[in-house]
Amino acid sequence: MKAVDDVSLEVPDGEFLVLLGASGSGKSTLLRTIAGLEHPSAGTIRIGGRVANEDPPRRRNIAMVFQSYALYPHKTVARNIAFPLEAIRLPAAEIREKVEWAAQLFGIDRLLARRPRELSGGERQRVALARALVRTPTLFLMDEPLSNLDAKLRHAARREFKRLHEQTGITTLYVTHDQVEAMGLGQRIAVMNDGRLQQIGTPDEIYHEPANIFVAQFMGSPPMNLIPDGGWLTGFHPEDVFQPDGPVPDGHYPLPITVQQVEALGADALIYGTLDAGGAELIFKQPARTSGGLAAGQSVTFCVPQTMMRRFDARTGLSAGKG
Amino acid sequence: MAAARTLSLRQRDTRLAMGMVLPAILYIVLLLGIPIVLAVVYSLNDVTTGSPAMRFIGLRNFQGLLATPDFARAIGNTFLITTCTLVGVLILGTIQAELLMRPVRGKWLIRFLILLPWTAPASLSAIAWLWMFDSTFSPLDWILRGLGLLGHPGALFGDFDNAFWLGRSGLALFSIILVNVWRLLPLGTVIILAGLNGVPRDILEQAEIDGAGYFRRLFHIILPMLIPVFGVTVLFTFVFVFSDISTVFILTRGGPANATQVLPTLAFFTGVQGGSLGRGAATALFLLPVLAAVSILILALIRRREI
Amino acid sequence: MTGLYLATALFVVFSALPFYVMLITSLKTQADIFSPDIDPFWFSQPPTLDSIRLLFEQTQFVQWLLNTAYVGLAVVVITLALAVPAAYGLARIAGGWGETLGIGIFLSYLVPPTLLFIPFSKVIAFLGLQNSLGALIVAYPTFTVPFCTWLLMGFFKGIPRDLEEQAMIDGHGRFSAFMHVVLPLAMPGLLTVVVFAFTLSTSEFIYALAFVTHSADKTVSIAVPTELIRGDVYHWGPLLAGALIASIPIAVLYTFFIDHLVAGLTSVAHD
Repeated sequence: MKAVDDVSLEVPDGEFLVLLGASGSGKSTLLRTIAGLEHPSAGTIRIGGRVANEDPPRRRNIAMVFQSYALYPHKTVARNIAFPLEAIRLPAAEIREKVEWAAQLFGIDRLLARRPRELSGGERQRVALARALVRTPTLFLMDEPLSNLDAKLRHAARREFKRLHEQTGITTLYVTHDQVEAMGLGQRIAVMNDGRLQQIGTPDEIYHEPANIFVAQFMGSPPMNLIPDGGWLTGFHPEDVFQPDGPVPDGHYPLPITVQQVEALGADALIYGTLDAGGAELIFKQPARTSGGLAAGQSVTFCVPQTMMRRFDARTGLSAGKG
Repeated sequence: MAAARTLSLRQRDTRLAMGMVLPAILYIVLLLGIPIVLAVVYSLNDVTTGSPAMRFIGLRNFQGLLATPDFARAIGNTFLITTCTLVGVLILGTIQAELLMRPVRGKWLIRFLILLPWTAPASLSAIAWLWMFDSTFSPLDWILRGLGLLGHPGALFGDFDNAFWLGRSGLALFSIILVNVWRLLPLGTVIILAGLNGVPRDILEQAEIDGAGYFRRLFHIILPMLIPVFGVTVLFTFVFVFSDISTVFILTRGGPANATQVLPTLAFFTGVQGGSLGRGAATALFLLPVLAAVSILILALIRRREI
Repeated sequence: MTGLYLATALFVVFSALPFYVMLITSLKTQADIFSPDIDPFWFSQPPTLDSIRLLFEQTQFVQWLLNTAYVGLAVVVITLALAVPAAYGLARIAGGWGETLGIGIFLSYLVPPTLLFIPFSKVIAFLGLQNSLGALIVAYPTFTVPFCTWLLMGFFKGIPRDLEEQAMIDGHGRFSAFMHVVLPLAMPGLLTVVVFAFTLSTSEFIYALAFVTHSADKTVSIAVPTELIRGDVYHWGPLLAGALIASIPIAVLYTFFIDHLVAGLTSVAHD
């Protein structure tokens, strides 16, 4: 049982790459291996062109932010941020300068004398970030840093991360299980499952051209619908369907269903139905205001543009291109 | 109607709680409280085993004690032995705990052996040391003689065939301290080990990534986070050693010539063998304020440092 | 790596050496023991059971062991009867004053027997228990009960309230919930209390020394130092054998449960 199996990854300088996957997919193990906290049984890790396999973490000039932020509880915010600089024995004056610069960058300069236990979740995260970037690392690793924040703070934090990356340009590897985060933050996303890399691509590619069934059903909320069709699976996103005014137009795939349930979720409505032919269970997503008339038990016909459909080999799960 | 019912539920609960706690409290108050009161009473009276009557003499027992050189010596020894033991246990305990953190084979056997000094009854392990320190047959002397450090003119430990671990005043104190460190070390080790295991892995990994090597991690991250645990070690070590009678009693009986006398043994000899109950009680009473003060101080420090 | 093993070995030797020497010496012949120049760490003459035989046949060692076991068990029973309800009451029901009382009980453990043994012996005489094992059975709970109450408080607090509340909703009264739900879950804690009450009483020295002078009624912890050393004569063989044989079972028992003890001790640092 391998935690990470045959993964090859090349991250160009300055890229923000997201490692996306569920728990146990191997994404954290991969990150920790790059950090030097775990040792690969086989393979090479190159950081900045140089082989880093034998280097302990502190020689790799990387910075890392853990999910828990791992702030040193007995040190003040200032000493927390200063710690990496003390470790490389910079002169005290320089340390002071850099700590102040980092603190101002993250807006925590008035918190410098506080202890971690006195800070809110958002403040702690900023201290962790300040500490990570205070010595301008070559590589910046983040392990689910937003998981401990309230939902409201996550939006703001995401924007912060993006702005930070644009400002500093440091190569960043970001681990998360949240596909919305991944889509919002990543320049490229690497989707992982069972220790294997499923697909790497831009958010657009991952979402609209999934390489296999796993990726197709991992992205999107709700995920892609899959209809069995001979030895194939035909897939389309719930939001790509619509109800035609008349008969189903050319170049569109008909979807006659019996409505099981309609969930009105504010802006959108989710329509659960079973396909008349074959009984496949489908979910459609429509704006709530156009779905008012739908009710359970009705027979309705939706359709989806064929250009938006994808085909997958039912046996291998791999994508066979557009449907 | 409903309000009366909820009130009686809480009342019933409180009554149940009191009923459950009362027997233990009564037992302790009676069988601990009465002797404490008696101890204070004796210390304020001229009581001896010979004369059953009590004659109130106020603080004269205490005044008498403070004037006795033996008493001053006993207090000094008690503090000296306790603090030296503390230092030894803290330093060696940390080293031993760090060693036990590493994977070793045969961990259970090692653990059992390392715990033996603490888990074996104090008086019985003291007997083992009586043999180790014997003035004729000491195995330690045998080793020292073999190494050439003893038994010939100019040798480090003297030119006698034996070192007289319990017979020379300075060396006897050292021997008592050694036995105390030996006995308390396992307790300190397991407490510190629990503390080490309590340091979150995240934090250690973060420190490594932040560039800290072994010693920086040890001194800047781990040890400061262990302060509450060190506090607990100090508390229990202090209490056990300060009031311990068996080690000195069995090894030296307070000798040679009161060189290793401590407060508990002095109290015993004055009260039981000397027959002077008032004096004995007064001597023993000196233990209480010190123990109370140290305990409260350390407990307060531990709680203040809560992370 | 070898440095690690070496350091660990040093510590093990430091801790276990006296016991090892006790073991070897108990099995040596008299001549082997009483020659200062002979190797004290190994046999120069073939090992013999003479010292042990002497110990069991010509002293009251067996009686002392029985006394010790008897006192230990009796103290365990009393301790359980007093500490278990008290700990539960303080942990669950008492709320605010429960905490303070709990700390008070813990502090009462710190009152040293060396302070109390003189007046305590008067109390013992008053109860007519002088010079008997009953004196110890009465005296020992004064330190086992505080210690074990405080230990058990930690255990009880660790059992989720939900379980008892569920039981009470399902029809139990509070006491019945305690008996049927909490106690079975607190088994590890109860077992720990049993072991510590037992080991604390069997290792106790000063009360035993002060209250019991009749040799047949002594416990092993004072009998070995006082009865096997007569004046200046040290019968080292039986003496060390006795000390070792009495120590090992207690040490083994204690070792099994020391993790719970440490959890209890370190919780002082956290609550």
